[in-house]
Amino acid sequence: MIGLSHYLTLSALLFALSIAGIFVNRRNLILLLMCIELMLLAVNFNFIAFSRHLGDETGQVFVFFILTVAAAEAAIGLAILVVLFRNRRTINVQEMDTMKG
Amino acid sequence: MFLVLAFFQSAMLWLLAEAEFLAIVLVLVYVGAVMVLFLFVVMMLDINIERAGEGYTRYWQLGLGIAGLMVFELIQIILIRGSAADAGNSFASTPEGYSNTEALGAVLYTEHVYAFEIAAVILLLAIVAAITLTMRKRPGLKQQDISAQVAVRAADRIRIVKMASEKPDSGSES
Repeated sequence: MIGLSHYLTLSALLFALSIAGIFVNRRNLILLLMCIELMLLAVNFNFIAFSRHLGDETGQVFVFFILTVAAAEAAIGLAILVVLFRNRRTINVQEMDTMKG
Repeated sequence: MFLVLAFFQSAMLWLLAEAEFLAIVLVLVYVGAVMVLFLFVVMMLDINIERAGEGYTRYWQLGLGIAGLMVFELIQIILIRGSAADAGNSFASTPEGYSNTEALGAVLYTEHVYAFEIAAVILLLAIVAAITLTMRKRPGLKQQDISAQVAVRAADRIRIVKMASEKPDSGSES
């Protein structure tokens, strides 16, 4: 039967996959945003699994707020991306070295 | 496209965990809104995919190493804690007539109503920020200037001329 540890394992795999995505593909900014969404999804998995395990709805309320903030973050991030593309004609991360940090 | 698949699978897994309301919300918000937003941006930017996909960074071994390490450690922790706390069993079954949406609403609108309002403000902020960032002034676009319309005075538009009134019978002789 599916239990808490299965959910946690899946969440860990998802999180590691998105971290690998961020490290491996650092050329396309859209893929970075998608990887951030996947990380938030992994965290939500943990919240749901523990909320179900402990029988407490507060975790699911927290997931609700994380979804809200993730949607807002995606909207603002994509807006910034559009403005950036309009100014620089590229979304390659490695060409964004204007500040020379 | 595979991100949509991943979100759908997550929603189904949440349904299995009896978090029905959040599963529906996940499908609505992510697959319905966020992914459409992503697709619009991809369509708008029209980058050539061949050039974007070429060559990875020089850090890709490091990235894979970190990811593998995280998987290893997390699964170690989960397995150890799971065997200790007997968490490998299935979830406790909910009582008969339990409604996930109802329970969630009962908690959300009483204890967490302040956070709920803050979430609403965050969404408003996202709307305003996205529109403000992407709006641009195009030259040659005809649009109203509201402040100029409001600030206009009658003296700027019409001119009142004082003149002698004409008598109607002055031209009746001829």
